[in-house]
Amino acid sequence: MTATGLAASFWNLANPTRFLALSGRVLPWLAGLAALVTAAGLYMAFFTAPPDYQQGDTVRIMFVHVPSAWLALFLYAMMSLSALGTLVWRHPLADVSQKAAAPIGAAFTLLCLITGALWGKPMWGTYWVWDARLTSVFVLFLIYCGILALWRSIDDPGRAARAVAILTLVGFVNIPIVKFSVDWWNTLHQPASVFRLDGPAIHPTILVPLLVMAVGLSLVAIALHLSGMRTEILNRRVRTLTILQADHPSEGGI
Amino acid sequence: MTHAGFVLASYAAAALIVGALVVRAVLSAKSAKARLAALEARGVRRRSAP
Amino acid sequence: MSAFAALVRRDLVLAARIGGGGYLSLLFFMVVVALVPFALGPDLNLLSRIGPAILWLAAVMATLIGLDRLFQADEEDGSLDVMLGASLPLELAILAKVLAHWLTTGLPLALCVPLFGLLVALPAEAMAPTALTLLIGTPGLTAIGAVGAALTATMRRGGLILAVIVAPLMVPSLIFGVSAANAAMGGTVPFTTPLAILGAISLVALVTAALAGAAALRGGE
Repeated sequence: MTATGLAASFWNLANPTRFLALSGRVLPWLAGLAALVTAAGLYMAFFTAPPDYQQGDTVRIMFVHVPSAWLALFLYAMMSLSALGTLVWRHPLADVSQKAAAPIGAAFTLLCLITGALWGKPMWGTYWVWDARLTSVFVLFLIYCGILALWRSIDDPGRAARAVAILTLVGFVNIPIVKFSVDWWNTLHQPASVFRLDGPAIHPTILVPLLVMAVGLSLVAIALHLSGMRTEILNRRVRTLTILQADHPSEGGI
Repeated sequence: MTHAGFVLASYAAAALIVGALVVRAVLSAKSAKARLAALEARGVRRRSAP
Repeated sequence: MSAFAALVRRDLVLAARIGGGGYLSLLFFMVVVALVPFALGPDLNLLSRIGPAILWLAAVMATLIGLDRLFQADEEDGSLDVMLGASLPLELAILAKVLAHWLTTGLPLALCVPLFGLLVALPAEAMAPTALTLLIGTPGLTAIGAVGAALTATMRRGGLILAVIVAPLMVPSLIFGVSAANAAMGGTVPFTTPLAILGAISLVALVTAALAGAAALRGGE
């Protein structure tokens, strides 16, 4: 395919109608695959993975905790990329992708925090520790909440998308700084007994279920994102049509 | 199983959150389609629509 | 450069006028610092240990509370449109407004630390370092806040959403500001290390504010 042909197909996909048609065909398969892989991951997590010699069965929490942490970051990266698409390339689907990714990312960040707390209680003896990693994820969750709040406070979808895109990118620049400063802060206030995962390399009997769960939940997240984008496109059409109808009540009157 | 409560609670939280996301996705898709269909049934069309 | 100076002077005059409320964030700062002992109890040992933290938290809140009007007022009376069309780049106009805002909030706060430090039993040798951390850190706080102010300029109720958006981004400044002030009161970390990082964060925040704030104001049209 030539460069222009490639560009043309890219813009064809960027056409919302084309996108709806294509994603409508892909989505059921993607959702089925996501359910299948996640089910396999769950089976492995509960029945094939052995309990850890130190942590016992609580290690099974890791199979949801680590993928949620990964997805929290992955969806933020996706939002940042879409934010660039909104601001730089004015890609028609970028706004929609940004908006669809935000609640999913916030949900997985919350899941990461909840499972982290449930893991912390048996391991550290308390639900919440101001551990460097947990704290960074908590700040990430606050940033997600700010983004969701900004989405809900601007009425016009185009203006909302540009505003959120700027906030997302500022957050993207800030997240490594937050991570660095929280690490620094944590070494100053190091609690006495903090359990660490990084010791010997993770054994394959643990690693394989972890990877399967990560792939499964990622597929779930991508399917949800695709579905959210489709819904958002339809919602925008509803909005346009409603405004159109309000402008010309005679056409297609009630 | 040691600490079964905490493990089960984690998976319950995961099921709840992912389930809520899925339900929300399905319901919002359904309502968007319904509203679009209602508008189109009343004869409102986009200019670029075929 | 004269346009820059004129913008700073205009905002300072506006802040000093009746209804401008330039002194209000200082009063707010004082009220917050005064409330803390009522919540924690009058234990001077405890207060002196967390004194820098109290002052820094109060500074963050005082910065947040006044920021929502930073661009909103200009948006309402139309001067924002003038700024958008002026020969002075919008990025510089934002820095001018940040500077003017800092001169009426951050600078007085930092200068008043010896006074408020007495209320929280801050040790004498920690007064000057704490004031210095606020002097270096508050421009960063104002700059980060300016991004939020630009994003919420056209909103009727921008104040609360501004705080929600901006507060998580202020975490690094808070960490290094308090670390530096605590380091001055003793500890293993030399005072200058967190202070230098705090300065770096403030500089990054100023650049971010200029670029992102300008993009936000142009996108809000």
